[in-house]
Amino acid sequence: MAKSKPRVKVPKTASKDEVITIKTLISHKMESGQRKDKDGNPIPRQIINKFTCDFNGKTVFSCDLEPAISANPYLEFSAKVPESGTFKFTWVDDDGSEYSSESKIAVE
Amino acid sequence: MTITRRQVFALGAGVAAVAITGLPRVALAEEDKVQAAIDAFSGGATPETANVTLTAPEIAENGNTVPISFAVDSPMSDDDHVTDVTLLAAGNPSPGVATFHFTPMSGAAEATTRMRLAKTQDVIALAKTSTGKVYIDRKTVKVTIGGCGG
Repeated sequence: MAKSKPRVKVPKTASKDEVITIKTLISHKMESGQRKDKDGNPIPRQIINKFTCDFNGKTVFSCDLEPAISANPYLEFSAKVPESGTFKFTWVDDDGSEYSSESKIAVE
Repeated sequence: MTITRRQVFALGAGVAAVAITGLPRVALAEEDKVQAAIDAFSGGATPETANVTLTAPEIAENGNTVPISFAVDSPMSDDDHVTDVTLLAAGNPSPGVATFHFTPMSGAAEATTRMRLAKTQDVIALAKTSTGKVYIDRKTVKVTIGGCGG
């Protein structure tokens, strides 16, 4: 399978306790398990089933995904920024592999 | 075998009868699955139709990627915040779409994603707060091309 590449958009700076919007996208085919190949055999399910967003080691937002999420899952959500730090994003695949990405943010 | 005019009529009546008795049963099974999912999420509490705003297109041309977002009206303080939001699609092979977990650090209980819809159906958003309240909102989305593969 092609390597899943995460793309994340986080503002570089924020004021203290500002609520920012984070946008994430990861390339993944999100095979639902409902489709059949041309011989009529079901294609096994392979999706990203969990997404987590941590800020300085504490979970801010997480999400359990089902096969009904589209290919290349896109997520947009908010987070409060009390201090400068690092957002860490983790995607967990059905096959156990994890994809992650980090973004720094500075409080002015 | 030749089919007489009379047989054609009989066949037509039979098909119509199946259609009338068969369809509500299918719809009922879907409704049951959705109700079971709602109960599992709410833990027995009756959801109130308030505070949750679900935004979905009225008509989705492509059921493979339907943009959907929700926002829950909540102070998001340590004592009173939204803990979980789940999205359900009533007419999909399995109703679950995604479950979002929020913390007071989330700042706002809102998110946007893209989902698959197999056919024209209701999309439901359920939200649970730390004070034990459950809120619900639903929207009907018309789907031109289904998005679950055949």
